[in-house]
Amino acid sequence: MAKGVRPRVKVPKSASAGDVITIKCLISHQMESGQRKDKEGNVIPRSIINNFTCSFNGETVINVKMEPAISTNPYFEFDAKVPEAGEFEFVWDDDDGSTYTDTQAISVG
Amino acid sequence: MKFKALTAIAALMIAPGVAFAEPDDDTLVINGETEMVTKTAAPAHMEGTGIDTIMSGWHFRSDETQALETDDFDNPGMIFVDAGREQWNTVEGEAGKSCASCHEGPESMEGVRAVYPKWNEDAGEVRTLAHQINACRTENMKADPYKYTSGQMANMEALISLQSRGMPVNVAIDGPAAETWEQGKELYYTRTGQLELSCANCHEDNYGNMIRADHLSQGQINGFPTYRLKNAKLNTVHARFKGCVRDTRAETFKPGGPEFIALELYVASRGNGLSVEGPSVRN
Repeated sequence: MAKGVRPRVKVPKSASAGDVITIKCLISHQMESGQRKDKEGNVIPRSIINNFTCSFNGETVINVKMEPAISTNPYFEFDAKVPEAGEFEFVWDDDDGSTYTDTQAISVG
Repeated sequence: MKFKALTAIAALMIAPGVAFAEPDDDTLVINGETEMVTKTAAPAHMEGTGIDTIMSGWHFRSDETQALETDDFDNPGMIFVDAGREQWNTVEGEAGKSCASCHEGPESMEGVRAVYPKWNEDAGEVRTLAHQINACRTENMKADPYKYTSGQMANMEALISLQSRGMPVNVAIDGPAAETWEQGKELYYTRTGQLELSCANCHEDNYGNMIRADHLSQGQINGFPTYRLKNAKLNTVHARFKGCVRDTRAETFKPGGPEFIALELYVASRGNGLSVEGPSVRN
């Protein structure tokens, strides 16, 4: 339903074990709140990303429940500690049931 | 006497403001690798204008706004570039073609932004990048043209501009384009509206000063299309021209019309030598 949705993530390619790294995530999405009306006065149905999860090797790093007041193209930036080499997985859940995922590997050296 | 005292106070109050408003000397490096030319010697035709160094509008923005342009992840304009990339690959029109059908990847557009507006021999006119995009759409794709300052047009311009990022602006102002360039120059120095302001009054005579809360730049267009924080979208050159002329309280020219084409050529030529920055970030 939602058009032009594209997740993007920025994670450093490598880090030292125990390093705290900064992760940036953005997903292009209209985030239609369900409060607006079109020209004819009909309510435009709500269509938002309602949940965002980042996990590292299966362990949850951050889980965000999202609400309609969040603006278009939601952006998250957070820190995470990297104990070992592995893979970050990012999952966005859409109101329409679809999920968007991205994965980024990080090496420890 | 009283009047003079007031003037003196006013001058005192303005002085720190002016000092604060000077364009800075930062260096713009994008993604930690592409160093941009944001200050350089003015092109020869600007002799006598009082400007010997041309500067990108980037120098006139706050550090926070500047930082947004240094990283493609932080640059909100890049979202629109992605949208443009989708448009590039979308088949439209009766000819059953997309941009990619003829031009392959958008990388083939390298260097294009830097030389537009440009004289088109077949059409016998100066064409802006937007006109060229629409000519391609109507003639080759048999599709409907984009509206001149629409979001779709801005997306496509952003995608094409990105391919030339870092290359110096180099529009031709001689030969057959000379006549249009002269028209543009005349427009640049023509006062419009109830406020009777020409482009030059602000962007040549007063760049670096504050016009109320706005920090006046040289009005360079090397960074277009520009993502503006104030409206959270990409803005095209002609939409910006329109906004400026409107602010002089004048009836504006039509975006995509002959006046703005001429003005775009002239203003672009004032930035000959600066890096193509599009999509840039401004406030």
